[in-house]
Amino acid sequence: MSIRRFALAALASALITGPVVAAETLLNVSYDPTRELYSDFNKAFNTHWQAQGNAAVTIQQSHGGSGKQARAVIDGLRADVVTLALSGDIDELYKLGKLIPEDWQTRLPDASTPYTSTIVFLVRKGNPKGLKDWDDLVKPGVEVITPNPKTSGGARWNFLAAWAYAQQKFGSEAKAQAFVGQLYKNVPVLDTGARGSTITFVNNQIGDVLLAWENEAFLALKEEGGDNFEIVAPSLSILAEPPVAVVDANVDKKGTRKVAEAYLNYLYSDEGQRLAAKHFYRPRNQAIASEYAKQFPQLKLVTIDKDFNGWKTAQPKFFNDGGVFDQIYQAQ
Amino acid sequence: MSSTTLTLATRANASRRGNKLGRRLLIISAWLVFVLFLLLPLLIVLSEALKQGLGTFFSAIFEADALAALQLTLLAVGISVPLNLVFGVAAAWCVSKYEFRGKSILVTLIDLPFSVSPVIAGLVYVLLFGAQGFIGPWLREHDIQIIFALPGIVLATIFVTVPFVTRELIPLMQQQGTQEEEAARLLGANGWQMFWHVTLPNIKWGLIYGVVLCTARAMGEFGAVSVVSGHIRGYTNTLPLHVEILYNEYNHVAAFSVASLLLLLALFILLLKQWSESRINRLKANAGEE
Repeated sequence: MSIRRFALAALASALITGPVVAAETLLNVSYDPTRELYSDFNKAFNTHWQAQGNAAVTIQQSHGGSGKQARAVIDGLRADVVTLALSGDIDELYKLGKLIPEDWQTRLPDASTPYTSTIVFLVRKGNPKGLKDWDDLVKPGVEVITPNPKTSGGARWNFLAAWAYAQQKFGSEAKAQAFVGQLYKNVPVLDTGARGSTITFVNNQIGDVLLAWENEAFLALKEEGGDNFEIVAPSLSILAEPPVAVVDANVDKKGTRKVAEAYLNYLYSDEGQRLAAKHFYRPRNQAIASEYAKQFPQLKLVTIDKDFNGWKTAQPKFFNDGGVFDQIYQAQ
Repeated sequence: MSSTTLTLATRANASRRGNKLGRRLLIISAWLVFVLFLLLPLLIVLSEALKQGLGTFFSAIFEADALAALQLTLLAVGISVPLNLVFGVAAAWCVSKYEFRGKSILVTLIDLPFSVSPVIAGLVYVLLFGAQGFIGPWLREHDIQIIFALPGIVLATIFVTVPFVTRELIPLMQQQGTQEEEAARLLGANGWQMFWHVTLPNIKWGLIYGVVLCTARAMGEFGAVSVVSGHIRGYTNTLPLHVEILYNEYNHVAAFSVASLLLLLALFILLLKQWSESRINRLKANAGEE
């Protein structure tokens, strides 16, 4: 008797106090390093949205490796908007789930990428191994930390940045593949997401260099104090363009299209751009970018569209099953 | 003659001394393992949690997302444990009181969740209920959300905790046999009366023990729940998932504070377990005397 009564009481109390459903909710499914950015941005957007005479909206966040997050949305996670690490992952929402139209990337300015970033090196204070450029990462005895390109968007940008460097330096794809293969021989652990790798490097003290999103590297410096780490900008890197999209199938079902579109548009507003810069993303808006120019290192950047013919070419070539990454990794 | 008995005696003495030494070594090493691998990490969790004082500790626990995670965890436990209890009793009853074809297969299947990785358990539900899955499109049409919502979390929890109650009851019920039930039936009790007045009192403490173990596991489950959760903070994050999130956000003190909340819940359950165990032993001792 007492067991039954206890179970019923527990159930009843849990049901009564269960999560309260707000009038309108918006789910933003994002990748790993944007946690801090969106926690600030959501507050700012809500203020802006209410100032326009709308009711407050509850914004829910989900974070994880970019590829994994796209998979979850395809599997039925009801995201109103996705803010992922690269357009290849959002393409999958069209290809596998038919959740968005094929031309989703043309719907917002700058190919739907309101902010950019790049890939830099985070090294231990004083740079004890003297790591200055990509060449130094393939030397024997250097441990490189980077996540798994299969699940992490950041990891794919890392891979392509190293590839672009080798291609420009050695002039051939075969040599670039050998170079990148050498680099991955120096990787002791492949985490599933960028944040996992940062924790491996910063907290667990594994590795000599972390290949990191520029914003993630700055955040690690800020959170863990500048005493233990420093940022090294390589001679060449890649312009990382994390895109955003409204998930049509979900917003139309939930009736949240208006607020979802306003949410993404607000990323392009002056305040949205300033918040991005504050969290160490490079703003697209030139005026605001120049306000924050001092905080970002100047480096030569290749782009996914010009140098790799876009993600539609790069994704299958490098990262799908049997692609270059698999060839490199299986060869080891 | 006398010399042989003497050597035998000394040999026995020596082996007893050896036994004593061996026993001490064993006890010491058991303690060492316990302290090094269990107690120390737990103490570290607590000390990390309290590093910045009680104020930060409590503010981490009473933070909105943490409370939502606690609620969700209790809710998932509150649904999955009673269901497992009913299923566990029914399954144990079948297996121990009846003979039927395929019984050994059923017993093996009940143990399946012990051997299957929790991640696989989660993925099975994604493949079944996911938008691309078996019945996903139908669910979507009818606006029913299973995975990335409470039902998925409950299902995953049930999957990994199914064996606990059954496993506890089967040996107990087999040992007790069917005589008392048969007597009850002969005296005119109907099925329900027999269950309520004969079977249940007999298995009561074993049942509580199984439920306690089941609750502990349900509260702490990470892998399976992680796959089906969707990680929406404040909505589909259970306590263990919330701990991971906090840790990944450089929020160490908060992560360890919430972890120690889980730890306190676990300790409470451990006490319940100890208490029901002692009752079972007393019951067994009584049965032995008769």
